[in-house]
Amino acid sequence: MDWINVIIQGVLIGGLYALFAAGLSLIFGVMRLVNISHGDFIVGAAYVAFAVIQMTGLHPLVSLVIVVPLFALLGYALQLGLLNRVLGGDILPPLIVTFGLSIIVQNGLLTLFTADSRRLDAGAIEVESLNLMPGVDIGYMPLMTFVSAVAIIAGLQFLFYRTTMGRAFRATSDDGEIAQIMGLDNRKVFGWAMGLAMAVVAVAGVFLAIRANFDPFMGPSRLIFGFEAVIIGGLGNLWGTLAGGIILGVAQGIGAHIDPGWQLLAGHIAFLAILAVRPRGLFPRVD
Amino acid sequence: MRKFQSMDRRALLKGGAAMLAAPAILRASRASAQASSFKIGFVNPATGPLAGFGEADQYIIQAAQAALAGIENNGAPVNVEIIYKDTQSSSNRAAEVTVELIERDGVDLVVASAAPDTTNPVADQCELLEMPCVTTVAPWQPYFFGRQGNPATGFDFTYHFFWGLEDVIANFLNLWDDAGLTSRNIAGLFPNDADGNAWGDPQLGLPPALAARGYTTIDPGRYQVMNNDFSSQIAAFKDAGCEIVTGNMIPPDFATFWSQAAQQGFNPRVVTIGKALLFPSVIESLGARGDNLTSEIWWSPSHPFASSLTGETSRQLADGYSAATGRPWTQPIGFIHALFEVAADVIRRCEALDDSMAVVDAIAQTDLDTIVGNVSWNGGPLNPVKNVKRTPLVAGQWQLENGAPNLVITNNTEAPNIPVGGAMRLIG
Repeated sequence: MDWINVIIQGVLIGGLYALFAAGLSLIFGVMRLVNISHGDFIVGAAYVAFAVIQMTGLHPLVSLVIVVPLFALLGYALQLGLLNRVLGGDILPPLIVTFGLSIIVQNGLLTLFTADSRRLDAGAIEVESLNLMPGVDIGYMPLMTFVSAVAIIAGLQFLFYRTTMGRAFRATSDDGEIAQIMGLDNRKVFGWAMGLAMAVVAVAGVFLAIRANFDPFMGPSRLIFGFEAVIIGGLGNLWGTLAGGIILGVAQGIGAHIDPGWQLLAGHIAFLAILAVRPRGLFPRVD
Repeated sequence: MRKFQSMDRRALLKGGAAMLAAPAILRASRASAQASSFKIGFVNPATGPLAGFGEADQYIIQAAQAALAGIENNGAPVNVEIIYKDTQSSSNRAAEVTVELIERDGVDLVVASAAPDTTNPVADQCELLEMPCVTTVAPWQPYFFGRQGNPATGFDFTYHFFWGLEDVIANFLNLWDDAGLTSRNIAGLFPNDADGNAWGDPQLGLPPALAARGYTTIDPGRYQVMNNDFSSQIAAFKDAGCEIVTGNMIPPDFATFWSQAAQQGFNPRVVTIGKALLFPSVIESLGARGDNLTSEIWWSPSHPFASSLTGETSRQLADGYSAATGRPWTQPIGFIHALFEVAADVIRRCEALDDSMAVVDAIAQTDLDTIVGNVSWNGGPLNPVKNVKRTPLVAGQWQLENGAPNLVITNNTEAPNIPVGGAMRLIG
């Protein structure tokens, strides 16, 4: 029974990692940009949701209606106003710009919101759970996090392979120059991709903020598992990212069950083992 | 050997400086009643993850600066300047700005607070550069042994006041005895960091002290900081029937654990956690689930002490801060204020303000009743080593009053002069 619980909880944590990682995977897939400030934007979204809730008294989950479009716009503006200027043959300048953004976002949040630790209060749903069998309880919040991760990835997948916008993403990703010859404006396409990624960031931020406390500096420490999930799943593959998150979550759960000291180690070992066998991840899409 | 060389260097620098400054010295010798100056370097985190410890710094500096106007030494007025440096919560930067204060700003005394991450690098640089230094807000064992201090000899230039692990263990045990629960199994949550390893150490930490009082520690092992999943720990605690949870956690880890505990049906009656439950904002963020959590208390507005610098009582200092900033009082405020009390006292008593050896002698001879209790390094029972003074520690509970967290002292066995504010309540 213990082991069933370990695996179920691990899968649910995997959903959280996939939610953190989906935006990263999307941005890397479309424009080969490694966004170091991804985690800080997740925390930023948590603070924006916090401010919205303070002003309107909305439930955290309802506040998504405001925070998601706001972040999509922010992403579009950020891409057109800043990141497009540094994207090019060299991968280093955009990397350094996002590194700088990370520092700016952290200290901007500190100035605006102080160093206080915050949390979004979602009421009773936070602590309620579904008793599956004796010894196995599934919390509603972790379950909702997992379900939204699956829904978001399914939605992105549909968008990528069934819509005009998705065709533009894939075309730009495959060969930016040819896509431009065909009449696509790469700058705009990148803008949409960043807008979409930031919308996912907003959802991740709100779920994170209901789950645990946040302060302006915790972005980077939450991000490492997102990176690992993307790489395990294979660069640019969205379902792969979900699989990567789940593998990571379950490996950590099993490690923790043996000894809590092995929790992270087990995750990193799973990550290294997969890299050793499949250096491009389990299901690579991008060359 | 190192000592001998640096004395040489100092002698050379002093000689050189004296020659350059000779015309000025001829005009104004120390005996004349002209104003002299004294610079205090203050190193603290204003930004970064430790910023909560330094949030009241500007308020405290302003109050201290005002109170220091007109201070005298040897019958002559002293112009005291406080130079503030932000560590950005980084140990490396703390060391860097300390050197900057000493070498470039020419300070005469360095003070610092906020966890071993700040106090240790600052004190290490001061010891190396022979600069008098007073620190606080770090349990004394990580401060002293973390710097490879030798209890037999101690340090020459660096002094510290705060409580130690023995105080926190005694207070936690008192709290649990008050609870009167039947289960003797105590759930332990210790992260894999300096604090967690010290607290959870099977020889020197909480477990042996708990065993001596008839409790058994259920310790599944060290978890990594910023953990996302406490399911296996919760399962182990449920199996052992634990009703009391203790440990040393950071706020996000505690919040994750506390939500998961409720989701997975683990409902302890007493939760006593170090570090995580320090700031009112953290308790507020937990909502109704923050009610009745217990913690150690270093300083509160009901501590029966007053400032030797401004004459304010603990209550007045806390209220003054809240009135000026609109924010609730926090425990570091009293201790950081006390740093400037010690500095002012040293300035008054020091035989020669421009001589760092005289400043260190004045620090060593301190015997001052501050807003956090008596501070003295004269080899008394509360000086476990030469450079450390233990300040009184009590235990208490966050009780929600109309949704606002209120820190109530519930057990004062370790420091009976600090009044109890109410009885302890069980969770649930």
